[in-house]
Formats: sequence, structure tokens, C-alpha cells
Amino acid sequence: MTGAVDAVDGAGVPVSANPNPPNPRGVAGQRSLFDPEILRYAGIEAVKKLDPRVQVKNPVMFIVLIGTIVTFSESIAHPTLFSWSITAWLFLTVLFANFAEAMAEGRGKAQADTLRRMRSETAARRLGAGGEETRVLASELARGDLVVCEAGDLIPSDGEIVEGVASVDESAITGESAPVIRESGGDRSAVTGGTKVLSDRIVVRITAERGKTFMDRMIALVEGANRQKTPNEVALTILLSVLTIVFIPVVVALRPFGHYAGATVSVVVLVALLVCLIPTTIGALLSAIGIAGMDRLVQRNVLAMSGRAVEAAGDVQTLLLDKTGTITLGNRMAHAFYPAGHHTEEEVADAAQLASLADETPEGRSIVVLAKERFGIRERELTGSHEFVPFSASTRMSGLDVADRQIRKGAAEAVRRWVTEHGGAIPEGLDDIVGSIARQGATPLVVADGPDILGVVELKDVVKEGIRERFAEMRAAGIRTVMITGDNPLTAAAIAQEAGVDDFLAEATPETKLELIKAEQEGGRLVAMTGDGTNDAPALAQADVGVAMNTGTTAAKEAGNMVDLDSNPTKLITIVEIGKQLLITRGSLTTFSIANDVAKYFAIIPALFVATYPQLNSLNIMKLHSPTSAVLAAVIFNALVIIALIPLALRGVRWRPSGAQAILRRNVWIYGVGGVIVPFVGIKLIDLFLTAVHWY
Amino acid sequence: MDFAWTIVALVALMALSWRFLGAYMVAVYETRVHFLGFVERPIYRLIGTAPGREQTWKRYATSLLVFSCVFLLVDYLIFRVQGSLFLDPQHLGAVPPALSWNTAVSFVTNTNWQNYAGETTMSYFSQMGALMVQQFVSAAVGIAVAITLVRGFARKGSPTIGNFWVDTVRGCLYVLLPIAFVFGIVFVGQGAVQTLAGPAHVRDALNGVTQTIPRGPAGFMETIKQLGTNGGGFFNANGADPFENPTGLTNLLSIALLLCIPVALTYVFGKMVGALRQGVAVLAAMTIIFGAWTAFTSYAEHQPNPAVAAAGVMHQPTGNMEGKEVRFGDTQSALYDVASTQTSTGSVDGSNDSYNPIGGFGLLTGMMLGEVSPGGVGSGLYTILLFAILAVFIGGLMIGRTPEYLGKKIQAREVKLAGLGILVMPITVLVLTAIAVSIHAGRAGPLNAGPHGFTEILYAFTSQANNNGSAFAGLTGNHAFYNVTGGIAMLMGRFAIIVPTLALAGTLAAKNVVPASAGTFRTDNTMFVGLLIAVILIVGGLTFFPAVALGPIVEQLSHGRFFGVSLAHLAALALPHGIAHWKAVL
Repeated sequence: MTGAVDAVDGAGVPVSANPNPPNPRGVAGQRSLFDPEILRYAGIEAVKKLDPRVQVKNPVMFIVLIGTIVTFSESIAHPTLFSWSITAWLFLTVLFANFAEAMAEGRGKAQADTLRRMRSETAARRLGAGGEETRVLASELARGDLVVCEAGDLIPSDGEIVEGVASVDESAITGESAPVIRESGGDRSAVTGGTKVLSDRIVVRITAERGKTFMDRMIALVEGANRQKTPNEVALTILLSVLTIVFIPVVVALRPFGHYAGATVSVVVLVALLVCLIPTTIGALLSAIGIAGMDRLVQRNVLAMSGRAVEAAGDVQTLLLDKTGTITLGNRMAHAFYPAGHHTEEEVADAAQLASLADETPEGRSIVVLAKERFGIRERELTGSHEFVPFSASTRMSGLDVADRQIRKGAAEAVRRWVTEHGGAIPEGLDDIVGSIARQGATPLVVADGPDILGVVELKDVVKEGIRERFAEMRAAGIRTVMITGDNPLTAAAIAQEAGVDDFLAEATPETKLELIKAEQEGGRLVAMTGDGTNDAPALAQADVGVAMNTGTTAAKEAGNMVDLDSNPTKLITIVEIGKQLLITRGSLTTFSIANDVAKYFAIIPALFVATYPQLNSLNIMKLHSPTSAVLAAVIFNALVIIALIPLALRGVRWRPSGAQAILRRNVWIYGVGGVIVPFVGIKLIDLFLTAVHWY
Repeated sequence: MDFAWTIVALVALMALSWRFLGAYMVAVYETRVHFLGFVERPIYRLIGTAPGREQTWKRYATSLLVFSCVFLLVDYLIFRVQGSLFLDPQHLGAVPPALSWNTAVSFVTNTNWQNYAGETTMSYFSQMGALMVQQFVSAAVGIAVAITLVRGFARKGSPTIGNFWVDTVRGCLYVLLPIAFVFGIVFVGQGAVQTLAGPAHVRDALNGVTQTIPRGPAGFMETIKQLGTNGGGFFNANGADPFENPTGLTNLLSIALLLCIPVALTYVFGKMVGALRQGVAVLAAMTIIFGAWTAFTSYAEHQPNPAVAAAGVMHQPTGNMEGKEVRFGDTQSALYDVASTQTSTGSVDGSNDSYNPIGGFGLLTGMMLGEVSPGGVGSGLYTILLFAILAVFIGGLMIGRTPEYLGKKIQAREVKLAGLGILVMPITVLVLTAIAVSIHAGRAGPLNAGPHGFTEILYAFTSQANNNGSAFAGLTGNHAFYNVTGGIAMLMGRFAIIVPTLALAGTLAAKNVVPASAGTFRTDNTMFVGLLIAVILIVGGLTFFPAVALGPIVEQLSHGRFFGVSLAHLAALALPHGIAHWKAVL
């Protein structure tokens, strides 16, 4: 069992009294599919869901329930082992369907419980107009109140920092134990209720209404409290209703047809046939599939505000991906040294490393590392008098003064000016090197030792490993990837080329982003994007799938329809996959359900009329033992297949990024052709079993 | 050999009509053809419609329903008072009310179910002024509905789907009239009768009696009967009557005529949506079903008649000739009848009732699939597109996208309308058949007892609800019960499908188009054709399997054999043979 189960033991303990967050993995607390806790919950709920008011929402299973009542009364009127067996199995069919739904809900419920324990009654220090502090309960806070939080305090509600900077432990929500920095102003000012201040003091303006905090919304979401049928679910329910309605006359008409032929057709068998024919398999699992889809997102630390958004993710045709963090590793890295004039590459490397020794930026570290890798120049301890010259926006250089050397590295223009000022000459060919590096979309850093220019360091955006393949997969699946970057078109084009994206938007501003989204949508495409800043909010709202980073501002989180608690922009691809998986699971199980009917006909129709027309026994191709065992075997198969498919419904049918044709072929074979064959085998086996135990 | 040449000729004729009639029809419905403008314009003035003004689907549907209602009423009145009207050389009196109702509905719905014998019931005026007029306009209405659905797919963000009056008038004037006229001349040239002179009285010197040979304006009616997939013949014997279908050539042309427009419409579909391959895919699905059913039924009829065999005639080298026209023989008749049952035409050139049970099964199930292979004029295309929408919905989900067909998203409303359109027919057939076998009036209809009698009733409602009109015969349909319920079946089968189809056209036309990508569910390849066929077979199979099991299947099994050999025997034969075959290969 994972950590989430341990959390259950801490029920009722307020978080403030519990120094460790109860669930080290945040809402993503992963549970086994057959967690006993959830199984128990689902078992109880399955019975509760027998309420006709619940059943009526699912037309397919409602018919099964009515059928059960019919066979039940028939069994009382004419009790036989057969009619009671059928009644019992029909009843089990309904229970199994309820169980499937409750299983899916149970997982969300368990997560919600974990969250709820975090949302304890925290005390808050409300700041009055005159600066005086009053202790109030978190639940008494109103929107606009100012509260003070110091190291060790739980932030009482969602808000924005208006004063100060603090490191905050957000593991309660994200499961990520590393603290994050939150500060007033800018895009990192939002704080979430239930997270913990680790250092410093901040003043927070409460932005959430009572009971509408992020945590409240999260609980409602994972619990599925406001679950509504998604558009595709509605469409599928209609199809299932059509397939249910059409079988009612098919089955009811068999009574007069049989009567005309001189056969008495038992009501119990007719109900059994009806239940076998209507798409109970998908009808029973449909809502579980939808809930499980949301749940899979939650497990990956993504909160979808609606099922509609998850479905839209499957339809997305254009992905807008931020360059930094998604396509490239966050920072530029030293890639090569180019000597200028009569200098050697090693001299450049040596000087560049010296100049970077004190440079703690990732760029600086990467120069040190590259010099070591290429020329074995070890990071040295500087002895004697030396002075580091830090980078400043005005000089646009940094470096080191040691002994009589003045080593500098910086932007080409800045170093040129510096060298010229110190009476040095610009070596021939420097401009060519600088120009060609820039043309490739990289950044040139010129290195000088006093008035002498040694050469150039090439800093390059490093494209994430494997991302190119990922984009190729997306392309095969018909999804266009567009890189969004603030870089100039030259740089952007080079990176786009290297990463293998289909298109890029350079020098992107919130306005151009929004325009791009609108243009794509006018062409009929669905667009997904990620964003975190307040200025991303309009684009997030416009996009069909807008994933806001949890580190982002409240405005961004409210504009999007998903929140990524890990704030990992690459997640967008996962979200699309989950959306697709959801639809594929529905389609595949529908196909399976319909394909199953063929075998059931061959079991039941001969059984129904073989007494009148013995020659119909040649349709009994499964060679089932007797008419009663045939009908019962079909009904039992129909019920058991629901249970057998619950894991598939909850996990989802696997989706591998490939062309539509390959996916279709695979699923048609497995669920279409397989759906025809499996019940023949299943029904035969059950029939053999029933015969073996002398049920008849 | 003859049969093979017939097939070759037919395929060639179909290829030509697909390409050229198809292209011409595109031009007609895109209003690029105007050579009959001098007739066309006054008609619009008479109706009071502005040909340039398009209608929403609701207006379109209202126009269509009003138009059909008016003709229903007019035709009913004509039948009731035909005795007082002109062109009645045989002095046939008024048609009884129930029969008038059934017949009026039958022709307005393009069914042409005939609970009467034409030569002894209908005056020349009723034949020409009521029946033949309907054979033109009901066909034009069917095509118009198909065209609106095609427009629905082809258009983007459009509130309208066309103008009913323009579509119907143009269909009659530019498509049906010219073709029917030209082939009418061929038929008359081949010997079909076309006269207003009344019946001929012939003195039979041998038997010493005077015979009355009914005649009439049958030749031209014959061509529109086939071309418009109507099927209502002038004479009772329909296509088996030498006055209607005089030669082998007219027999072949009849088959070609009834297939040509449904086939050409798939070209129209492909062309108008801008991707011919889409039309080819639909045509392929139609052709495969048609081919399979033709092979099956021809083979079945090539088998000896079990009843005749039981009477001691074991050797039947020409197959089951019971009820066949000797001029055409077993396979030609089977081809004609399969073509006629699968196009919702319903004309026959043999007696369906006398088919081997499993041959009759071929004809019956051909209709039960919803008349989509290739189906009636217009109705075939729009019905198969309803199936295609369901196929796309299920298949599209399986690739992980909101399903789309030709760039149009298939959502709740589309599924609802397509589902409705597909539900109507099987429910109508099953409910009415159930009623018929339950009550005395219904049980009195069939000539035979047992499964064959059941098949006769089932066939009657299947034929009428599919607007086919072919009769299995053996059922006495001209009773109040069958006249009234048959009329209901025909109305349901026509308008309860047309209205959802038009609504679908309206919804689709208003939608935006999703551009195709590698992730798009393709609807122009083998996979989709297979999926479409599977959906058609599964829907048809699941809804009708129990009924068919109690009819033709059990009847065939009563003879202990399928195709003259028992199943067990067949399996016993096939197995060792297969093993021997593999041994030889290895």
C-alpha cells in the first residue's frame, strides 16, 4: 500500500497539529486498483445506488432493473430454480454496474478525504486597518481581508502576497517537497490555502470567497460532486438508448411471433434475452470510464475543472508549447569555444572558465563544466588577491581580476567596447564567428583578457532529450505543435528546427498568442496551451484546453480549465493522451458490447424455439447443454463481463501515439472481432460449468 | 455464361451512369443546367416560389410534407371517382376507400405496394394521372432529400439546405423525364404496349371463346417505374408480363434503370463534398452487400425446389423454376429480384413466394438491411449516410477523437437524428407484424400456415416499411386491416426517416468544418467500408434475426438442409477436404 492509505489513519487530525503533511504525494496519492478501502466503499455504495432515482439516469441499467423486477414477480408466481437463478443474476448485473461506478467514485472520494483533512480549522492573524492583528478562524475570513503569515504558519485561505517574500511548502497540494518562493508583485504572488510558510513573513490579501478556495474546488472536483455528463457522454448515451429502445420491440414481438408458431415463450427468457441484447456492458461502465479519466489526470497532478475539458483534450489538434521548460531545458548552456586571432581553443576555454568561477548562474556553471570536459581544465581554487566582477545590466559583462589579468566575458558589443576602451584591437574574423553563432539561434559570449580578445563561447538552448521523438509521435497522431517563445525569429527558427516542432511563434506577446489561438480555432482546430502569468489569462481562457501552472497567478488559474499542480508544461502532452484514452475506452467497450450480441443470439434463440421447431437446434452452434442452461449461461456471462472489464474501464485502453488507422485497426480487432469471439467461448465455458455442477 | 455476360454488361452500364449521370446530376442540383428553363420558370411562378431563395431545414420539411399531403389527397380522390372521369375504356368503377388509401400512400411514398391488379382496378387516367405522376415526383422528392443531406456535409456555417420546390422540379425535369422518355421509346420499340385504345378482344377459335386482353399506356410507365425505383407495374404480373418487360434486353435495361440513379448519387455525394473517394467508399459498401446478396440468392435459386423434389422430381437442372418466368430462368430472375428488393423498387419478374426458402431469405433480408445497397433513388444514399454516421461515431471514438464525418463533428444531436432514422423501420416492421400475427384479421391474410405464412406477413410489412413495394405474394392484402396498417408502415418508413434526415442536413450545414489531419478518422478507405458494412449488417441482423429465424430459416431447416445439403453434412465434407487440401499444399 502506498502513502495514501497511511493517511487514512490520521483521520480527524488537524494538519496544524501534524508537522508532516499526511500525504507525501499530494492529491496524486496513488492507490492500487483494488485497494481494500475502496472495494469496501464501492460494495456499500453499489447497494445504495439501487435507488430508482439514481438508476433512472442510466437508461440501459434502468431497463435491467425493471427486467429484474419483472422476473422477480414471475419467480414468485411460478417459482422454478431457473427463474430464480435468472432473477438473481439480473440483480447482480445491476449491482455490478453500480459497483463499477462506485469503484471509480471511491478513488476520488479517498483523495478528497485526504484533502479535506488538510483544510482544517486554521487560525488566522487578520490585519486591521490600523495594523493591529486579531486572531480569527480561517473560516471567518472574507474576501479582501489582509492576513499575516510567518514561518511555521499555515496560509489560511487563497490569496495574493501584497508584502514580503517567503518560501512556502506546497507539498500539501503538489506533493512536491521542495519549497517554492512566493513574493509580492509579479507572477509568483499567489498563495494557496492549506500550504505552509517555511521562512520569512508575508502579508496576504485573501482573494477567495468563503468555501470557494482552491482547496474546496479541488475537493469538489476529485470527488465528482458536480459531475455532469460531457457532450460525448451525452451522445454515447443517446446511441445506447437507441440500441436499447430498438431491442424492446424485437424482444416483445417474440411473444406473438412464438404464439403464432405455436410456442409459449416464457417472460423470464424474454427478459433474459432483452438484458443480454441491450448494451449493458458499456451502459454499466460508461460513467466509471468518465470518472476514471478525471482520476487519471489527478494522479498526474492535473486538476480538470470539467470533464468537458478532458474530452476536449482528446480532440486537440494544435498544441502551443512554451519554449522554455517544455522544449528546452530552462537555460542556455555552453556548447563550444571558438578561438579568435592567433589564440587556441584551449586558451579560450581556460579564460572563460576563470571568468565564470564565481558565476553561479546555470550559464556560468555550464562554461566551467564544458571547459573541464573538453580540456580537463579543473575548477581551481584561486589563491592570492582576486576580485570578481559581477554581471550588471549596464556593463553586460562579468569576469575576474586576478593578479595583473582582467578577464571578461559578455555580450559581443559590450566586450568590444571594453577592449577598444583599453586600447586593444578587434581580431579579424570575430564578427564572422559572432554572426554565425547568432544565425544558428545561439548566443555568443565574447571572452577577453585585458585588451586581447581570446575568442567566443557559444551558449545554446539545449533541447530536451527525447522531445523531438515526442513531437514526431504527436505529428503521427495528427497533432500540430507550435513553439511559443520570446526569442527573435532567427533564434526561434533554429530551435524549432532542432526540436522538430511544426511551427513557432517568435517574439510572442500575450496578444500575438491570443491571435494565434483564434486563427487556429477559426480553422476548426482545437487548441491547447499552458500559461502561468496574468497576461496569459486571455489566451488561457480562449484556448479549448488551457492548463494553468499552479505556480502561476490566480488570474491564470481562473482563466484556464485545468491546473497543473506540478507546473510542468510538458504535461500538456500527457493531458492530450489521457483525453484520447478516455474516448478510446468508451468506443472500444461500446464496440465490444455490441459485438457480444451475436453469440448471445446463438445461445438464446435456439433455446427459445427448439421445443416448437426442433430443427432450430442446428443454430445451437455452441452445442449448449439445454435451453435453460443456454439462457442462464448467456445471462451469467453478461453479468460477469462487467466485473471483468472494470479494471480496463478504470485504467483505460492503452493509447500509443500513432496514426488513426493503426489505432483503429488494433481496436477493431481486439474489441470488435474479439467481442464476437469471446462470448462464444465464455458462454460455452459457463454452460459446461453449470452442467458439471449439475445445476440442471 | 449468359448470366456472366449480363453481369459484365450491368457493371459497364453502372460505371457509365456513375461517372456521367452522376456528373450531370451534380450540374442539375448545382443549378448549372438550364435547357428546360422555359418550362421550369413558369412552374416556379405557378407554385409561387423564388427559385433563388433557399429554405431552412424546417421550411424544407414543411414544404415536402405539404406537397406530399396534397398529392395523397388528390390521388385518393382520383381513385374514388375514377368511374366518372375520362380515359376509362374498361368502365372500371370507383376504387374502395381502404384500397384507395393504401394505394395513394403507396405511390406518394415511392413504395408502389399494390394491393390490386392494375388492369382490372385502375382506369387509364388513374394509371397515368395519379400513379405515373407519383412515380416521377415521389422519386424526385427522394433525390431532393438526399441532395440536402449531401449539401449538409458540403456546406459550412449555412443556415439553409436548398429549396424544396427547385430541387423537386429540377429532379423531375432534368433527370427523370428525359431518361424515362428515351428508354420509354426503347421499351415500346421492344414490344411493350403503349396505347389508349382499351383492351383487345380476341376470338379464340380453338376453344370457342372470346378473350379480353388488357392493354394500356404501359411502356413509358415501365421506364419510370424502374428509373424512379417505384416498382408499381401497369399489369398485375409486373416485370414478368411480356407487355411490360418484353425481351431479354428490356429485362437487362430494367435492372440497369433501377440501379442507375442510386449508383450515380454516390458520385454526386463524392463530388459535392469535394472528395470523390468518399463517394467511392459508400458505393463500395453498397456494391459488396449487393454482390453478396446476388450471389447468395442466385445460388439459392439454382438449387432444386425442395417441394418439387419431395414430389419425386429429383433432377432439376435449371434450378428452382417454380414461379419463374421461363424467358428469364433462375439466375436472371434472381438478379432482377435482388436488384429490385435492394433498390426499394419492388418490381418483380418472378414469384417471390415460390423462391426456395433460403432464396426468399435473400430477398427479405436485402430489404431488412434498410434498403441501402444501393437503395431507392435518394433514400438509398440518405439511409446509408445515417448508417455511416453511426459507423463514424463508434469508429471515431475508437481512435480517441470526437468523431467527425467529412469534417463535421458527430455529436449528440447527429447521433440522435441518425439513430431515430434507423430505428423507425425495424420498429415499424416488428410492431405491425406482431399485431398482424396476433389478431384474426391479420392471421386471415397469409395463404400458407406455419413459417411460410409467417414469412408472408413479415415480408409484407418489411416491404412496405422500406418503401420497397415488392410482394412476396401469398398474402391477401386487399383487406381493411392490411390496407390500413400497410399505409401506416409506408408513411412511417418514408416520412419518419425523411424528417430526421432533413433535420440532420440542417444541423450539419450549420456546422464548422474540422480540417483533416493524420489523427482524423478516415472515411474513404477499406477499413471504413468494412466498418460501414459491419454496422449495416449488425443493426439489421440484431433487429431481425429472431423474426427471420422463425420464418425462412426454420422453413429451410425443415427441409433439413441449406442449399440442398445439411449443415452437418457440409461441415463433414469441408473438414476432411480442407485437411486434404492443406496436405497437398504442404
